[in-house]
Amino acid sequence: MSDATTQQEKFPFGIASVSIGEIERRVPPGEAPPLPPNNRLAFIGKSVPRFDARAKVTGASRFTVDVKLPGMLHGRLLRSPHPNARIVSIDTSAAERHPGVRAVHVVTDIVGRAVEQVPETDPPQPNGVRLPRALYAGAPIAAVAAVTPDAAAAALALIKVEYEVLPFVVDLEEARDPNAPVVFRSAVAGSGFAGGVAAGAEVAQQGNVRGPSRIGTRGDVTKGFAEAEVTVEGEYRTQVQTHCCMETHAAVADWHADGLTVYLSTQFTAGVRNELAAAFGLPRNRVRVLVDAMGGGFGSKSGAGTYVRAAIALSRAAGAPVRVVHDRHEEQVDSGNRPATFQRLKIGAHRDGRLSAISLYTYGTAGTATGAGVGNFAQATYECSNFDSEQYDVFINAGPACAMRGPGNTPGAFALEQAVDELAEKLNLDPLALRDRIDASPVRREERRIGAERIGWSRRHTPGADTGTIRRGIGVAQSLWGANVQTNASCEVRLMRDGSVELRSSVQDIGTGIRTVLAQVVAEELGLTPQAITLRIGDTDFPAGPPSYGSRTTASITPPARNAAYKIKQKLLEVAAPKLGVAAGALDLRDGRVFVRAEPARGLSFREAAALLRTDAISAFASRSDDYGGFRRAMGDAALAQNDLGGVQFAQVAVDTETGIIRVERVVAVQDCGRPINPEQIESQVQGGVLMGLSYALYEDRILDRPTGHVLNADLEHYKIAGPRETPEIDVVVLENYQGESATDAYGIAEPANIATAPAIANAVYNAIGVRLRQLPMTPAAVLAALGRAPYGG
Amino acid sequence: MLATSLAASAAVAEENAPLSIGPGAVAISLRVNGVVRTAEVPPHTTLAEALRGSLNLTGTKIGCDRGACSACTVWLDDIPVASCMVLAIDIGDRAVTTIEGLSRGDTLHPVQTAFIAHDAVQCGFCTPGMVMSCAALIARNPNPSLDDVKTAISGHLCRCGTYPHVFAATLAAAKAAKS
Repeated sequence: MSDATTQQEKFPFGIASVSIGEIERRVPPGEAPPLPPNNRLAFIGKSVPRFDARAKVTGASRFTVDVKLPGMLHGRLLRSPHPNARIVSIDTSAAERHPGVRAVHVVTDIVGRAVEQVPETDPPQPNGVRLPRALYAGAPIAAVAAVTPDAAAAALALIKVEYEVLPFVVDLEEARDPNAPVVFRSAVAGSGFAGGVAAGAEVAQQGNVRGPSRIGTRGDVTKGFAEAEVTVEGEYRTQVQTHCCMETHAAVADWHADGLTVYLSTQFTAGVRNELAAAFGLPRNRVRVLVDAMGGGFGSKSGAGTYVRAAIALSRAAGAPVRVVHDRHEEQVDSGNRPATFQRLKIGAHRDGRLSAISLYTYGTAGTATGAGVGNFAQATYECSNFDSEQYDVFINAGPACAMRGPGNTPGAFALEQAVDELAEKLNLDPLALRDRIDASPVRREERRIGAERIGWSRRHTPGADTGTIRRGIGVAQSLWGANVQTNASCEVRLMRDGSVELRSSVQDIGTGIRTVLAQVVAEELGLTPQAITLRIGDTDFPAGPPSYGSRTTASITPPARNAAYKIKQKLLEVAAPKLGVAAGALDLRDGRVFVRAEPARGLSFREAAALLRTDAISAFASRSDDYGGFRRAMGDAALAQNDLGGVQFAQVAVDTETGIIRVERVVAVQDCGRPINPEQIESQVQGGVLMGLSYALYEDRILDRPTGHVLNADLEHYKIAGPRETPEIDVVVLENYQGESATDAYGIAEPANIATAPAIANAVYNAIGVRLRQLPMTPAAVLAALGRAPYGG
Repeated sequence: MLATSLAASAAVAEENAPLSIGPGAVAISLRVNGVVRTAEVPPHTTLAEALRGSLNLTGTKIGCDRGACSACTVWLDDIPVASCMVLAIDIGDRAVTTIEGLSRGDTLHPVQTAFIAHDAVQCGFCTPGMVMSCAALIARNPNPSLDDVKTAISGHLCRCGTYPHVFAATLAAAKAAKS
């Protein structure tokens, strides 16, 4: 990027706790000038209180489940009681006649699961419609809308479905058997991104096994292992984790004369709008998707699921708005999950620690979806010129997986970070010293240094050296995550003649605090307080913002927000200039004033300046430009920045050798996200990432019943997630890492904060008891078995 | 004699009571946030559903609908309860306090103020229930320890993982309430 239209600018560069220098970048026209480091800014980098906190603590926030429209009907879904069944016939007539029922819909298209490339050969229904097979217990079959929830539930019971029950398989190992019942009878195309196996049609498929994908393979591992002086090899298993959003998946669909309005608990309003416009044959400008408060997604609320489409179909048929809200059971069974995996990982190294080869053989199951791959983490985290992976998806009769906080990398890190720990011990190197040799990132090096100091790494004993009933240990693990950017991300900043300012974008605040962050960015540019900025977001009638997945919201929407505010600033200064008798270039904005830079006492209030506008309002639109140093890779509407995101986490655990209970006492999480904009909100997200990782490490496990194919713990009593009692002291440190890559230089935090926790705990457990646990969750029974003590006093 | 007449009157009362109610809607009255409200609800309606539905008090959230997550916590006579585990027709004359009734006009409860100051909120779905339990804690124990706070919210689930900030906020609120 060095054509005539760009200009050279100097940006702060480096890690604040090390040293900040400068870097020159070529910047496209229209960009706001380089932003100084946070210590020279008024609002960026400050913990401005969360904008919607007051509404949330008073119960005034409106979540999708709180939306009530006049005449709104209650929709419910009929779900398959069988884990694999062909629908021979379906009779909805009795349901249609039930009092209070306004519409009945038969599901013909299930989204989210893998799609067979050869159309289903099941015989069509009398009306010519082909019904999809029910591929898992809980698969949607039909839906009803009625005037009350009771009437809808009663009508569901009146739908007569004749099933031809087919053999099924819900166990990952059994499904790999060539004689196992086959989930998909023809090759499938991938759907969604639960992890890593390439979704293309070229991947081989035999029985329930699809693969291998050899993504990322490089160099010559045979040669690498031949050169290795030390090798480690281990087998690791990770379980299925469910998202457990506190607000279950929820939609209110309103099909009306002008088009379609959908209130949706979603991570991506603009994407869902586009999906629904295509699915229902409407122009995009007739489809409006809205979300105000949003009760958690973690990857599971990225698209327009079957329940959304059912709500819309019912609304269209009934001529009234229809609400469909998953109950907790539906949420746990059919709203996505993180795939279970098996990983066999082998690492070869030279005596000095340099890695000579990494080989990963892995299979996993995303249920009836693709994407159980975990190869990215082993491929990308450490320097090694020889890497080979062989990754397979295995299909089982279970609800489709989807992306979940750090997909692929979270199970991947559980294996690699333990293997690296094991390698360090074999090499007689400190685990941190080994990482200093094999990790080129100066950011992670600084994170290791800070974290080691905070956790008291120097007092770490040799593995298994602790004695007594309760044994303590310290462990470390690293996180790595690509810095995603949505280039199709836009916003508008408006200034009204009374001095009021608002930002408009369809971007949604899913609890990460982007409202507050955007207000900070706009306020900084316009010399106002963040509280003076009105945020109008979560509505596709505004310019299309980014999705809130892949840790990309802040990176994608804060640069255009600043650039749009900068354009407004320039226009305002031009309007004020004649009044102050100077050129616009001689003016600046700060503390709610327009003033002459050389003579700060001379100026106008922001409001007085705005009153000089010729029109009632002015508006500026901006979209995400490319990172100044260029992207590593661009993929359609999205791109990957040059520098990865990551972090280093340290865990201190206490293991009770009599009960097998692992208690995490303390976690130190040192993370980076470019320029931090709101430290307190970042701390909240990092704590959340650590807790979800801790919960994954010790408690969570979706259990499928082999005889019936049903989920046995589809609730929040038997599916245990970490609560207040399991919460350790969490010490969060966030680096200020300046790279001069965009108008804000800010990136994401949510996923990198989740990836390192489980392996850090596993390494700490090893340090405590001297035995390695290679399977998740690390239950008391697993600890006792590892110690050679049968549970229950045996 | 006395015992006999009590037993007799109980028998009469039982005889006069309807044998069953429902399945259709029945009229109930609830004293919510100091105001008596009436509603017609099917007898199996939980307090959580009645509050969110007929009474339009949607601040109370339903996360699991079976007492496992505590998102629906309200006070019954100042005691925090999971409102999804109580039938609306069983409330009688007990006072119901919901998140909407915790502040005094524009003046927030110290726990609400502290939740804002300590960023004890992420997606916010579990927040009303958390606030109700933490406010009840400092009402019955003005000097809670960290352990007391953990006990008070031990039944509450938050998938965003705001617990550390909830602990800090509640301890700060207790301090603020005393000064």
